[in-house]
Amino acid sequence: MTTLETPVPTIEPADSLSDSVKIHGLLAEFETPGDILKAAEQVRQAGYRWWDCCTPFPVHGLDRAMGIKPTILPIMVFFAGLTGLIAAFVLQAFTNSSGMSVWAMVWVTGYPYLISGKPLLSIPAFIPVIFELTILFAALTCVFGMLTMNGLPRLHHPLLGNDRFRRATDDRFYIVIEARDPKFFRTRTEAFLESLGAVAVEEVQD
Amino acid sequence: MSSIRADQVGGRIVDNTTEVPGTRAPLVLNMTTFGQVTAQVSKVSEAGRAPLAWYVAFAGSLGLLGLLGVCVLYLIFTGVGVWGLNTPVAWAYDITNFVFWVGIGHAGTLISAILFLFRQKWRTGINRFAEAMTIFAVMCAGIFPGIHVGRVWVVYWLFPLPNQMEMWPQFRSPLLWDVFAVGTYFTVSLLFWYTGLIPDLATLRDRAKGRLQQVAYGLFALGWRGSNRHWHRYERAYLLLAALSTPLVLSVHSVVSFDFAVSQLPGWHTTIFPPYFVAGAIFSGFAMVVTLAVPAREMFGLKNLITLRHLDNMNKVILVTGSMVGYAYAMEFFIAWYSGALYEKFAFVNRAFGQYWWAYLLMVSCNVITPQLFWFKAIRTSIPLMFFLSLVVNVGMWFERFVIIVSSLANDFLPSSWEFFTPTWVDIGTMAGAFGLFFTLFLLFCRFLPMIAMAEVKMVMPAANAHHDEDGNHHGTPAPATGGPS
Repeated sequence: MTTLETPVPTIEPADSLSDSVKIHGLLAEFETPGDILKAAEQVRQAGYRWWDCCTPFPVHGLDRAMGIKPTILPIMVFFAGLTGLIAAFVLQAFTNSSGMSVWAMVWVTGYPYLISGKPLLSIPAFIPVIFELTILFAALTCVFGMLTMNGLPRLHHPLLGNDRFRRATDDRFYIVIEARDPKFFRTRTEAFLESLGAVAVEEVQD
Repeated sequence: MSSIRADQVGGRIVDNTTEVPGTRAPLVLNMTTFGQVTAQVSKVSEAGRAPLAWYVAFAGSLGLLGLLGVCVLYLIFTGVGVWGLNTPVAWAYDITNFVFWVGIGHAGTLISAILFLFRQKWRTGINRFAEAMTIFAVMCAGIFPGIHVGRVWVVYWLFPLPNQMEMWPQFRSPLLWDVFAVGTYFTVSLLFWYTGLIPDLATLRDRAKGRLQQVAYGLFALGWRGSNRHWHRYERAYLLLAALSTPLVLSVHSVVSFDFAVSQLPGWHTTIFPPYFVAGAIFSGFAMVVTLAVPAREMFGLKNLITLRHLDNMNKVILVTGSMVGYAYAMEFFIAWYSGALYEKFAFVNRAFGQYWWAYLLMVSCNVITPQLFWFKAIRTSIPLMFFLSLVVNVGMWFERFVIIVSSLANDFLPSSWEFFTPTWVDIGTMAGAFGLFFTLFLLFCRFLPMIAMAEVKMVMPAANAHHDEDGNHHGTPAPATGGPS
């Protein structure tokens, strides 16, 4: 759709400021993954920044259409795994191989115990626990890191109060342009969303 | 060739088990829209009443769960002597059940992680309840070593906690590796399962009519709203979890096998144990998935989502892993002979022809011989036969662990201390009770949580392909083989 123009960032009389602070944004509903993919491309090209697509399942290609930067989650997970690895080694080496006393909230002392003539610092015997804790730390960071970066859990969101939006977890695809976007203007943005092929556009109360 | 096209499915179950080059067999039958998937899967948890069969099964499971409670309390208040254990058989039903349940618990993560990495899209129909099954099986497994320690109230000694005795767990013992392996496995499986559940819980929340459902599903859905910025991290997290779980699932049963392999006992002290145990675990796990999937799809009318193709694929996995287990049985014998070690040779001859010959025979016929029937497609796609064979495999794999554990212990180095293990009613009651716990949890899961991963099933539907419309097909023609990954 080449007929679209970038909305001009001027304050229009019809868009009273009091309106835009009360509403969360505009919600546009699409029927198929193909429709939202094309529409998302247009929204990004129109220069909006505070906007999102909400879909019942991840639509292939939508990340690129929206221009989402790759997440840093894998890097976090890598360092979490490394932390687990070191922690597991230190834990085992301290508790089983050293007679040291250290303060770790309480005074704790290692318990070197010679068994079957095995060396006190027996690396091969420590491998399984090292492996498991590497995975454990990485997996916990993976899930809780993902949720934290997504701003979840949260008890409420303006979109969840909208009845139309209930189908976002069922079979419809939505684009939301938030009112705080500098390019957001109530009527222009609405016309813009309608021009993208949305089957419905409506206001979401904050 | 067009016989498998989804648009010709209308109203009847078609055969989607055939392979047509260049075409993808449909994984969802009789429906073409996303809304239909949501409605069908959610209906199960939204219905005011469950099918009668559910109530009957639930009552039976609760009864067995009660038996578990009685047996465990009796054991705790009396002592481990209420089991049939004695020198030299200090491990019998308890550890057999532990290994059995941990093994069952392998299929879920295998389906969710390894098949995900291999882009086996058919996993989407069965991964949710296979993962649930994994979690419940690992819970059952955890009971046995927990109560076997005798003094249950000091079970926290398993963990490296600072204490006034200045003593620590012995990390050079495989039993402690087990604590970490099974603990990590349970935690990661739970995270994996729950991560997958979040979008589907949001679906149930958004459909819920009653206040209670809205609040309950709403809390656990964590405020999920399907934002694509969230989906982006979510998908990455899911991929990472799959990548982390894949070595994990292989390590867990390896570590369990170390409980035996690291010891010096003939019949246990073999290097083949880790891969052999892992193959056996996947074998038994898939058998349990079939055992549960067959009645579940009947009971809740999910035959078009858990199709014959899914079951056929699982039976193929059972055939492959069953053959691997058969190979391991043969190789154990060969090595026992080839090693020239007297005790080793005796242990294996004794295993097959000694006082536990009947258990060995049962194990070989259930695990090696009967699964070979799955070479025949007619048997792989016959519901009653596959259900029966999956039960046979479950029994066989229980006996495999029993044979390994008990036959090696009962006839050890000194003939004067040989013994024949006999279980007591508490042994048997605890074993049956664990099934009660497993089925109770599983039935509750089926009733109140989405049994099928709705978001993932929608992703593998032809309509989910964004370029689907451009081809001019609106009625669910399978996506072209060149379609990108989901």
